[in-house]
This record gives sequence, C-alpha cells and structure tokens, in this order.
Amino acid sequence: MYTSSDLRKGLKIEIDGEPYIITNFEFSKPGKGQSLYRCRLKNMVTGNAFDKTYRSSEKFKKAPLDERKMQFLYNQGDEYHFMDTKSFEQYVILEENLQDVIPFMVDNMEVDVLVFHDNPIGVTLPNFVNLTVTKSDPWVKGDTSGTDTKPVTVETGFELQVPPFVEEGSKIQIDTRTGTYITRVKE
Amino acid sequence: MNLHRLQQRAAIIQAVRFFFIGRSYLEVETPIRLPALIPEAHILPLPSASWFLQTSPELCMKRLLAAGVPRLFQICKCFRGSERGHRHLPEFTMLEWYRLDGQYQDLMMETQEFLGDLAARFKGERGYDQEIISLLGQPDWQRLTVQEAFALHAPISVDRALADDCFDEILVEHVEPHLGRDRPCFLHDYPTALGSLAKTSSTNPAVAERFELYIGGVELANGFSELTDPVEQQGRFDREADLARAQGILFGDVPEKFLADLARIEAACGIALGVDRLVMLLTGAQAIDEVVSFSPETL
Repeated sequence: MYTSSDLRKGLKIEIDGEPYIITNFEFSKPGKGQSLYRCRLKNMVTGNAFDKTYRSSEKFKKAPLDERKMQFLYNQGDEYHFMDTKSFEQYVILEENLQDVIPFMVDNMEVDVLVFHDNPIGVTLPNFVNLTVTKSDPWVKGDTSGTDTKPVTVETGFELQVPPFVEEGSKIQIDTRTGTYITRVKE
Repeated sequence: MNLHRLQQRAAIIQAVRFFFIGRSYLEVETPIRLPALIPEAHILPLPSASWFLQTSPELCMKRLLAAGVPRLFQICKCFRGSERGHRHLPEFTMLEWYRLDGQYQDLMMETQEFLGDLAARFKGERGYDQEIISLLGQPDWQRLTVQEAFALHAPISVDRALADDCFDEILVEHVEPHLGRDRPCFLHDYPTALGSLAKTSSTNPAVAERFELYIGGVELANGFSELTDPVEQQGRFDREADLARAQGILFGDVPEKFLADLARIEAACGIALGVDRLVMLLTGAQAIDEVVSFSPETL
C-alpha cells in the first residue's frame, strides 16, 4: 500500500483494477490549506490520461506489474503469440497493443513483456535490432539529386532511409526507439 | 550544492535586512523550540523532546509586539512535517515582519514597496530572472478578493466550494495558475474560517482581513490584520485544535501566555514570506533544492 506522500512521477498504482503510471506530479499546499497531491495518471493498458488531485489521507494499491522475458513466436491475423522463456507459458497480445513494436519485431526475437495480473499489457524491444533489407533500389552512380540517403524496406515491411551503399540482402541495425538506421551489420 | 545560487541567496538576504533596518524594524531572534504551538488543522509540527519545533515565529513575535516593540522582523528556520515538493521543504526559511501601526492594506503596500526595492537592486544583474524583476517593478499590482478570483477563474463560487469541501482543490487547480501572471496579485478577503489568526473584516463579517501574494502563479507571502481579541482567538484555536486532533496532529497545549499577551495589543498587522521561494523567483530556479545548501535527501 502507498499513501499520498509516496506519490511521485513514475510511480505505478492500481485504480479500479487497472494499472496507472504517474506521468506528472506536483505537491501543492495553498496557504493555510491542506496538502494536495496533483497527479497526471496514464492508464498503462489504454493509454488514456487524466488529472486527479489527492488529499493526504488517501491510500493506493501498488500495481502488480512484472516484466518477463518472452520470445515472439508468430502472428495469426491480429493475434501475436509470445512464449515466456522461463515458464514456457504462451500468451496472446492483440495487434492494436503492439503498434510501436511490430515494425521491428521478427519471429523468435526475445522481448520484455510487461505483465499485469498475468495479462501481458505491453512489449518493449531491445533498443537495437538487426533486420534484413528486402527491397532496395540500386544506387545509380552519378545520381545528382543531391540526397545522401535512399529508402529501403526491411523484412518486417518497415521503410526507412539509409545511406546509398546499403544493398538488398544486407543486414542493418535499427534504433527501435526512433526507427532510424544505425549501421550495416557484417554477418 | 550550487555555489552561485548560495552567493545570490546571501546577497538577497542582505538586501532584505537592508530594507527592514532602513524602515526602523528591529531584527529579532525568538526561540525556535516551543512548548506549545498555534493549533493549525493542516500543519504537522515536528516534535523536539517534549516540545515542538516552530512552524512559524508568529507566537513569539506577537508577544514582542505586546511587550511594546512597535516594528520587528525575523529571518528564521521553520519546520513543517510531510511537506516536500519542488517548492516545499520540511525545513525552510521564513521572513516575518510585524508592526503595531497599520492594517492589512498598509501591509500590501509595504510588501509591494519591499519587493519593488529588491527588484530595483538586482535589475540588470546577470544570473537574476529579469522577467520576474520587471514584473515586480510594475507600479500597479493587482488586488482581487477571493470571491472575485473564484468568479473569474473557478467553475463554482467560493460559497459552493466551501459547502462542498473543495475550496483548496478549486483554488489550486483553477485559480492559482492565473494569479500574478502579468503583474503581482494580492488575493485578499478570505472566508473567515480560513484565517484563524486574522481579524474579521469591519465591513463584511463573512471574510477575514487576510491576503496572499501571488507572483507568476506562485504563492509567496501570507499577511493579515491581526486578530487581537483573546476571547475570539481562544474560540478559533479551539475549533482548529479539534480539526487538528481529529487528524492525529500534536501541537502541545493551548498557548496561554500568548493569549494573555494578545489582550495588550490594540491593533497590529503581520506577514510571513517564504525566503527560499523569494530566492527561487529572483534567480529563476525551478526547484527549491537549487537555492538551499542541502535538501533532506542529500544529508
């Protein structure tokens, strides 16, 4: 259990059976008035946010969250299947909750899954992943367009800008937080 | 620890002293450890053996008024438990000044002169927040009654907020953010229930002659015409004491000697101003931690 004085930015609490993270926090105390704890809370499942001011007498449940290593197995339509690498238990996460990671996720990749009451609610990828370029227009020597990058498509279908020397079939490292090219990877 | 900020803090405190000494205020030091404090519903005193650390120097300073000191000021440490935020420390520095001649309007004027004087001193100096300094240098500071401010900025009236027990929330969420943006703002005439030591207005018995100063949405000082009727003060203490006790707050016995001395004051006014916040404002510091030598977490 937390009390109001434990509230701070980044704390995860459970409200009405759902996990919330405090994304903004301010302690306020108007002159001669009571202590007020002003929070912006974001629902960790739906992403919905709201502001709420608490008094000092409030109590909060810690959100039962844990992070587990899982392997991405395959997807069937919009159902993505993962396996806990410790318990070998399998979980399904819907595509709509994976929008940020799908462009960088390939079969057998190991990922961190945030689990709330045994329900997986979010996936975090490694900061850098290596993906194969599946489509790239050959670079025409003497191209005078003046650009120093060209678009390519990687095995997940994600498109990004890379230096002209990257060819179809080569492996490249991508920063999953920004979706940008880092370097060519030698096999 | 930020050496530059500490140097600025020292310069500001020097300027504060210079102003009050120039106006014939006597600088005093009163005990910070007391056997009994003013009962306040929302302030948690910290015990020190069987006594308490002061939450404000108000008691002893008013007793000095009663003893005949006509004008006095003090810069001292105050302690309030469970208060920590980017503008709050459980141990902080307070400036309080009191005078026998005058009421809260005089004090508003003097506060403006004081902060205008400070602003002039640091105008154009590198490392000081020139935007705030020009705000403080404005000639016409705003005066808004609590009722007017709620009518302007809040979704409900003061009376509704008091009846629904959400005055503090509405004030903090809807009113305070707008106060003192273009020029400093005195929010004044608080509902009597919210001014335990303030004199009831002679023109409107529903409000107390109390004000808070806001600069850039930040509350900096709280002043009032002092309530000097010991019987009424005792009654208000009893009410506050019940509220405080209901929350498990300890503050010692009723400060009897203070009540006895109060009878010897005919009229007075006084104000408390947060020195750490003043330094934050003038230097543009974003957190109170930046303007003190050590915050509790670094000890």
